Amino acid sequence: MSLQELLTIFISAVFIYNVILSRFLGLCSFIAISKETKPALAMSSAVMFVIVMSSAITWFVYRFLLLPFGLTYLRTISFILVIATFVQFVEMVIKKVSPHLYRAFGIYLPLITVNCAVLGVAVLNIDMFFVNGRQVVGSFYYSVFQGACVGLGYTLAMLLMSGIRERLELCNIPKALKDFPLAFIIASILSLSFMGFSGFKF
Amino acid sequence: MEILIAILVLGFLGLLFGVGLAIASKKLAIQVNPKLEELQHLLPGSNCGACGNPGCFGFAESLLSGKSVIDGCKVCSEEAREKIARVMGLALEKQTKKIATLHCNGGLKIKDKYIYDGVSDCIAANLVLGGQKACVFACLGFGTCQKACPFGAISMSAEALPVVDKIKCRSCNKCVLACPKKLFSLVSVSNSVYVACSSHDSGKDVKAVCPVGCIACKLCERACKFDAIHVIDNLAVINYHKCTSCKECVKVCPAKTIRIRE
Repeated sequence: MSLQELLTIFISAVFIYNVILSRFLGLCSFIAISKETKPALAMSSAVMFVIVMSSAITWFVYRFLLLPFGLTYLRTISFILVIATFVQFVEMVIKKVSPHLYRAFGIYLPLITVNCAVLGVAVLNIDMFFVNGRQVVGSFYYSVFQGACVGLGYTLAMLLMSGIRERLELCNIPKALKDFPLAFIIASILSLSFMGFSGFKF
Repeated sequence: MEILIAILVLGFLGLLFGVGLAIASKKLAIQVNPKLEELQHLLPGSNCGACGNPGCFGFAESLLSGKSVIDGCKVCSEEAREKIARVMGLALEKQTKKIATLHCNGGLKIKDKYIYDGVSDCIAANLVLGGQKACVFACLGFGTCQKACPFGAISMSAEALPVVDKIKCRSCNKCVLACPKKLFSLVSVSNSVYVACSSHDSGKDVKAVCPVGCIACKLCERACKFDAIHVIDNLAVINYHKCTSCKECVKVCPAKTIRIRE
C-alpha cells in the first residue's frame, strides 16, 4: 500500500471516474435531491457513510463466504442483501441514539438502499482488488478508501449541481424547461466537462 | 451439489441478517406515545409551519409536551380540532376563522411608472424603486402571495390582483409574510368590512395615481356610530374590536375604498 496508489484511487474515484458524472450511478438521488444545497449535503454525507461501511462489510462477505465456496456469481444478490440490511440497521441505531440526526436525514437514509452507487462501489472493489480469485495485498484498506473517495465524488457532484440549481431558481426559464428538463441538460453538460478528466491516465 | 451450497450460503446470509435485524429492532425499539400517531392523523399534514414548529409532526410533539395549544394550528378544520381536543382530554376554546384580506384595490387601475422587465416576482420588482406601480403602496400583481399559499387559496384576477378563496383559506399567515408591500392581513369572517387601500400618501397624491385609493376625507369617521374607524396617517383604519359591520362607512366612502368582502 503506497501513497502513490492511494492518490491514484483518490483522483480516479473523485474526478476521472466520478460515480455520478462519469459512471452514471446513483442518478435518481442526484436529480431528485439537488434542488437545494443543504439537503444535498445531508444526502451526500449519508451516502458517504453507507458506502464506506458497506464496502467494508461486502469485502468480508466476499472474502470469507463467496470466495471459499466458489459462489462469486452470487455477489450481486448477496451485496444487495448486505446493503439493505445495513441501511435498515443504521436507521434503527440513529433513531435510537440521535433522533435529531434521524430527523435531519429524514427520507434520505432509506432512499440509499436503492441507490445503485452503493452497490456499484461494492462490485467495483471486488473487480479491482481481487485478481483471479485472490485478494491484492491490502485490498481491504483499498476497498474502504475507495468507498470514501467515491463518496467524496458523489458529494462533489451534488454540491456542483445544487449550487447551479439554486441560482437557476432566480432565472426566468421557459415553462417547458422548468425543474427537471433543465436539470437533465445541466447534468449532461457537467458530465461532458468531467469527461475532460479522462485524458489523465494513471 | 453446487446449487445446494449456493442455497445454503445465501440462506445462511439471509437468516443471519434477518435474525440480526429482528434482535436489533427489539433492542433498539423506542417507546412512542400512541397519542402522537393519532394526533398526526388528525392534523392537516400540509406541513405549512404556520404554528412555528417544523411541520405537523413537530406540532404534534409540542402539543403533547404542553408547549403548544390546539389553537396554535390555524389550519385545522373545526371537526379535527374537536377530535384533537378529545384525544388530548382538553376543553376547546371556540375560535373564529380568519381570512387573508388584501388591502389594495388598485390593480390595473394604477398606471405603471416604468416598464418592468425583470424576474416575474413581487419581491424582485419591489427592489427596483419600490415596484413599477405609480403608487408606492400598491399591489404589484406578480403573484408572490399566490406562490406562497400552500392551499391554493389565492388566484390572480384579470385585474392583476390576488383573490382569496374564502373556503380554501386556512389563515396560515404565509401570504402576510410573503407580500413585500405588506398588503395582507388576517380579518375574521364575522367582520365583512375592510379598507382596500394601504396608501399613506395625502389625498391629493393618491387621487393623482389611483381612482380607488383612500383620500383621507374622514367621511367614514363621521359616519361611524361606534367610533370604530379612524383616519390615521392619511389612511382609514378599522378597529375590529368595535366594528359591528353596520356598513355605514361603505355607503359614504366617495372612492369606494371601504368595501364589503364578497
